[in-house]
Amino acid sequence: MRKAFNKELLSIAKRDPRVFMILADIGYGEIEEFAETFPDRFINCGVAEQNMTGVACGVAMEGNIAVTYSIANFPTLRCLEQIRNDVCYHDANVKIVIIGGGMAYGELGISHHSTEDIAIMRALPNMVVLAPCDKAETVALTDAMMEYEGPVYFRCGYKGEPDLHNGPIEAKIGGSAQLCDGKAATVFFAGTVGVNAKQAVDELASEGIDCRLVSLYSIKPIDKAAILRAAMETNAIVTLEEHNICGGVGSAVAEVLMDEGAGNVPFKRLAMPDVNATKVGCQAWMREQYGIGVNAVKNAVKSLLK
Amino acid sequence: MNEAELNTCHELARKVRIHCLEMVHKGKSGHIGSMLSMADILPVLYTQILNVDPKNVKKLDRDRFILSKGHGGAALLATLAELGFFPLEWLNEYYCDNGKLSGHISHHIPGVEFSTGSLGHGLPVACGMAMGAKQAGKKHRVFCLCSDGDLNEGSTWEAIMLAAQHHWDNLTMLVDYNRLQALGKSRDIIDLESLKQKLEIFGWAAREENGHDQKAVYESLRDLPLCDSKPSAVIYRTVKGKGVSFMENDYRWHYGGLTDELLAMALKEVEEAK
Repeated sequence: MRKAFNKELLSIAKRDPRVFMILADIGYGEIEEFAETFPDRFINCGVAEQNMTGVACGVAMEGNIAVTYSIANFPTLRCLEQIRNDVCYHDANVKIVIIGGGMAYGELGISHHSTEDIAIMRALPNMVVLAPCDKAETVALTDAMMEYEGPVYFRCGYKGEPDLHNGPIEAKIGGSAQLCDGKAATVFFAGTVGVNAKQAVDELASEGIDCRLVSLYSIKPIDKAAILRAAMETNAIVTLEEHNICGGVGSAVAEVLMDEGAGNVPFKRLAMPDVNATKVGCQAWMREQYGIGVNAVKNAVKSLLK
Repeated sequence: MNEAELNTCHELARKVRIHCLEMVHKGKSGHIGSMLSMADILPVLYTQILNVDPKNVKKLDRDRFILSKGHGGAALLATLAELGFFPLEWLNEYYCDNGKLSGHISHHIPGVEFSTGSLGHGLPVACGMAMGAKQAGKKHRVFCLCSDGDLNEGSTWEAIMLAAQHHWDNLTMLVDYNRLQALGKSRDIIDLESLKQKLEIFGWAAREENGHDQKAVYESLRDLPLCDSKPSAVIYRTVKGKGVSFMENDYRWHYGGLTDELLAMALKEVEEAK
């Protein structure tokens, strides 16, 4: 996915001279072509994420589109106040891109996990929050992000993620993508953990339980209509995310259901428990360990339909 | 700067001090010492140095000025109001319910380039503006006024290193160096001495001036950059609370509030300094 993102960004930068990349010494093997093609629109601020974000804000305020880019939680948590006070308060045209959302860098430990980011970023006024699930969504959402005027948080995957879509798609800020339909229940997800949602829905279908599967790639603003349709047209809702249970995608869906008077639908959030992930392992293994594996989705659907 | 212009700067500084005292008293707010500390610098900057236009505040070729020590923002607001960026009456709506003016400056006010209030934010953004201007071949300059406290922040030093690395000579940092901060003397908290040497070692061109000698302030900013291919720093030795004898060089006036009696004493002193 990171390759898909960088390729698309490069292609946009070739036709839009306003695009700058502002780095904090991360991006080896991916950002070199941008740096070589546009040396005057590229800067490595060194290992200094606060400065990276402030510089990006200043570059954007001169009429440009500034992209900050790093891995996991580095370009969000270390520089949160710069994102809040500088980028969001000034509604600056800064795009904050992370590679390796969730536990993509599982074995590296909690310092490299981005598992609170959705809650924190979506609490910031003016911020759009996007989380693509595969390469097709990455490309479409990169386009949507760069066309949008204002702050965007883009939670990209890492590498080797399977395609969940069959080919290129259209995506828009505030939209969602339905991957398959069914009446039994709806499974909403955001991000690369969607691979588990898809496998679970496929396996449930083989057992005669047909589910709707929806990628909520735009977490803020969120596709309220898709959520309310699911509450009306299917018998239960399950949400899946690679994120702490507090404040993420499941919380966002629950907020819509309760605010819109649709809170009577059987509902279950699947997310990581509110603990520090101290186990060591790869992303797929860690997902199983922290309650967001394939069986967790299947069990949640079956439990709600009892 | 001729004699008449110097007198205009003196008079503007006196008015700024009076506004600040009245605003802080009425709002029952703090930071008066920080405001008075830079009250002689801002009039020179705004009347003699910056390319800005109160009738066209967003003109594209304006020089960018970021007040990173946003807690002293009332001094900037008073300067802008006196110069016609917005009505003087707005100063009566400082730090109050439904007021126009917050305690820390906001870019929603005409003439305020950037909102600050948490230290360490100004210089990184100024760096980004300087980079953007350079890349586009634009000639406007970027100025950022920092405090002692700003120079405690790691993010400020991240920006100092980056600006030198990229030779942004369209960037000037002004330091309101009163050597006091919220809880005491800077030398007892984070000793910045020798700040000039530190900045030079970090790759900046730096000079020191008396921040209350407006002619010297003008001369320090007249020919920028101080050195080609280097960002410039002018360190103004200032006195916190300058102009009100019972406040001068007393860190307690970082937060201290003004009673009616203290306001009267302070105003008398500033008004008599004419």
